[in-house]
Amino acid sequence: MNPSGDIANQQGRLIVVSTVLMLIIIIPVIALTVFFAWRYRQSNKEATYSPDWDHSTQLELAIWAAPLLIIIALGAITWISTHTLDPYRPLSRLDAERTIPAEAKPLVVEVVALDWKWLFIYPEQGFATVNEMAAPVDRPITFKITATSVMNSFFIPALAGQIYAMPGMETKLHAVINKPGEFEGFSANYSGAGFSGMRFKFHGLSNDGFDEWVKKAKAGKDGELSRETYVKLEAPSERDPVRHYASVAPDLYDAILNRCVDRNKMCMKQMMAIDAQGGLGKPGAFNVATLQNWQPDTLHSPARKYVTAMCTTEE
Amino acid sequence: MTMLQNLDLTKLVFGRLSWEAIPLHEPILLATFAAVVLGGIAVLGALTYFKVWGTLWRDWITSIDHKKIGIMYIVLGLVMLLRGFADAIMMRAQQAFAFGDNAGFLPPHHYDQIFTAHGVIMIFFVAMPLVTGLMNFVVPLQIGARDVAFPFLNNFSFWMTTFGAGLVMASLFVGEFAKTGWLAYPPLSGILFSPDVGVDYYIWSLQIAGVGTLLSGVNLLATIVKMRAPGMTMMKMPVFTWTALCTNVLIVAAFPVLTAVLALLSLDRYVGTNFFTNDLGGNAMMYVNLIWIWGHPEVYILILPAFGIFSEVVSTFSGKRLFGYASMVYATVVITILSYLVWLHHFFTMGSGASVNSFFGITTMIISIPTGAKIFNWLFTMYRGRIRFELPMMWTIGFMITFVIGGMTGVLLAVPPADFVLHNSLFLIAHFHNVIIGGVLFGMLAGITYWFPKAFGYKLDPFWGKCSFWFWIVGFWFAFMPLYILGLMGVTRRMSHFQDMSLQIWFQVAAFGAVLIALGIASFIIQLVVSYIRRESLRDTTGDPWNGRTLEWSTSSPPPAYNFAFTPRIHDNDAWTDMKKRGYARPVDGFTPIHMPKNTAAGFIIAALAAVCGFALIWQMWLVAGVGFFSMLAAVIIHTFNYKRDYHIPAEEVVRTEDARTRLLAAAHV
Repeated sequence: MNPSGDIANQQGRLIVVSTVLMLIIIIPVIALTVFFAWRYRQSNKEATYSPDWDHSTQLELAIWAAPLLIIIALGAITWISTHTLDPYRPLSRLDAERTIPAEAKPLVVEVVALDWKWLFIYPEQGFATVNEMAAPVDRPITFKITATSVMNSFFIPALAGQIYAMPGMETKLHAVINKPGEFEGFSANYSGAGFSGMRFKFHGLSNDGFDEWVKKAKAGKDGELSRETYVKLEAPSERDPVRHYASVAPDLYDAILNRCVDRNKMCMKQMMAIDAQGGLGKPGAFNVATLQNWQPDTLHSPARKYVTAMCTTEE
Repeated sequence: MTMLQNLDLTKLVFGRLSWEAIPLHEPILLATFAAVVLGGIAVLGALTYFKVWGTLWRDWITSIDHKKIGIMYIVLGLVMLLRGFADAIMMRAQQAFAFGDNAGFLPPHHYDQIFTAHGVIMIFFVAMPLVTGLMNFVVPLQIGARDVAFPFLNNFSFWMTTFGAGLVMASLFVGEFAKTGWLAYPPLSGILFSPDVGVDYYIWSLQIAGVGTLLSGVNLLATIVKMRAPGMTMMKMPVFTWTALCTNVLIVAAFPVLTAVLALLSLDRYVGTNFFTNDLGGNAMMYVNLIWIWGHPEVYILILPAFGIFSEVVSTFSGKRLFGYASMVYATVVITILSYLVWLHHFFTMGSGASVNSFFGITTMIISIPTGAKIFNWLFTMYRGRIRFELPMMWTIGFMITFVIGGMTGVLLAVPPADFVLHNSLFLIAHFHNVIIGGVLFGMLAGITYWFPKAFGYKLDPFWGKCSFWFWIVGFWFAFMPLYILGLMGVTRRMSHFQDMSLQIWFQVAAFGAVLIALGIASFIIQLVVSYIRRESLRDTTGDPWNGRTLEWSTSSPPPAYNFAFTPRIHDNDAWTDMKKRGYARPVDGFTPIHMPKNTAAGFIIAALAAVCGFALIWQMWLVAGVGFFSMLAAVIIHTFNYKRDYHIPAEEVVRTEDARTRLLAAAHV
């Protein structure tokens, strides 16, 4: 509730407005409960006692109408705010006073939740970082979000509300940071043993500051983020240090999203394209292989299979 | 021959169970285990010393009397409350200390099991048994029936629930429990990311208990629909019976979904299907949808009977007819239907479109309209009443004030953009504890104190009850208001460690609240003991200690096995008040033999075999699982050949029982 971005700001205001709206009914109810309980206590013989009074059409209409009216108002607010603050909707303003300049192009950041760290790929600038991200103040940001293994939730409270990061699926978030500063980002959905340490710093920087940060990151000592380095990075680890990858394989995010970083695996989009055209029929059942690194030696559990790629796609 | 060589007999019998599964290296568990063993030996010793094994078996374990089964359900719920609360205290302690360099006393491996077990136990093995127990005890009495529709099934349902709870408890000392959160979302709960037995314990304990819940739902539904006393039309049913009816409709419609989704998850884990995995076309979103299609109605399964209890209590202790009976009934039915149209609000943040999100947001808010109407109905029942502040009424007023706050934060969470900020935060945790403690639990405690004299023939001691009430309510505010604030600050649930030292004070306040709640629970236990010791002075000889309004108060406390010597005729929804007003004279002669169902051990045996089978499946002891499963089938088949299922209580015994009551009543009126 301490926003520095326009989306978070509007969400915060919405919480306050909705709460006030509901207090219109909640406060009288609490007050009446206490008052009636005191007024009609058994020892108060002066209070009226009408043991058979159990119905009043006007009163019953009123008690259904009162919450109904509040909910109509709140429902309208909900419909409008859900659409205007839809994370998938490109921003229409920088903040309450300023619209988006015509020439502004949103900064695209591809976010991957790994066990248990965050990978940020900047496709425009061609580099990647782990557990640290930055964005220039007052420039709209488009996040594309996915995960490798289990569900997480991508959340920078100062910037905007959260959205889940899920394997094999992509979610989106549009937001803008209005004030420079260092903000907390983390996973808001429990994802296993290393969950508590799955945090990163989000820097809101001036344009110059951002360029400098990009330069620093691109000079990063962690080298290139190729598919091979990614597979190593993917292994579960906790409380990882910040990493800067000077360059990143151009199709890496797409491969992560489509679950085919391992070239032996068929990409989901190919699989779906084949299925959309009617599938492979029976031969499709033979196009599977056993997952290598899953060796359930103490378990009777069956081996895990995956669909193999039809042909290797060398760049 | 090769086939035979591959068969490893040890593996077939013991599966993956070995000495390593016993957590000898965990001092907390070891101490708990020692305490449980010593306590167990003490209890067994006491049972033997007082020679009560026979009574226990004949009058309780094999009993098909709905009143005894109801009481056993409540005992189960209260015992499991202690376990669930122990988990809560450990979580509060961990979060109060684990800041900065201090890692707290629980490693994630242990902490993650604790919050999963806490959720599972509190919902499935505390709230559900308490709700089912009260419905079981009260509903047949309220509708003037002698038992439920399927008495054997009732006993079987209870034992399935109990053995399910037993499996969860076993996971404490043999192996481990799930580390996935209480709804075990895949892919985390899939075999790749949870290869150990934890999730299997989760699956099989819920599957076994789920059968019990479903069957008890069918049972109570049939009872309410078919066994009401003559004259009790639907619109003359007591409100608690109405809420029980709606709850059981929800159970019957929702629990099969849970069974199916857990079955799919176990197929993924055991035979390598891909319903919810990441590869081969699986999608975890299907699990999330299915589990909440069960999960949201589940919330109303718990709260509706609590609403019913508050309705009975408010009306009785205000000495007044319930205001707006018809609108109360319609509100209950509307909530029942709407509870199926809101499940998506549990995952607004998973990328549904704005229109879908707003639809489910608005349906959720609409539920607050009938709920609000209910609150007003209770309020206007108090209006112009003569309110007696006995314990059940105190719980009710405590509920009304606490619950509206929980309702408000719930509606707030239903606004999708607000949920983007508050989802999975401690605000959410505070919200649902606000409605589950402030609503369900207060309701169950009101119900237990209200109907306790009916069940045991003496009232509960009011002093310790009031201590319990104040500790609970103050403790609740101390424990959960800080969580609301932390949630608004963006603090997430299920964290075992924090960096930001400024948050620590809030967690310490919350931990203090948990200590107050512990005192509340302790006071409740003391209340039970003190009341038992002082039972002669708290004795209820009239059968109607509160000047009650519904049929259960027309019979003796505790009621005879047959409940009613003659089936009453109903003319009004406050049936007993109406009878009292019209000068109802209790029949004192003309008793005939009463046809009753007979006790059977079949339910206990079948459920025990189901637990053996479940335990074997968890540890992949295929031979044991097979033997367990087929013995269970055999036990079911053998039971179908049991033709001695009923007997008649001879007229003389009815006369004896009723004469005793006549004398008691005469003595009470002197």
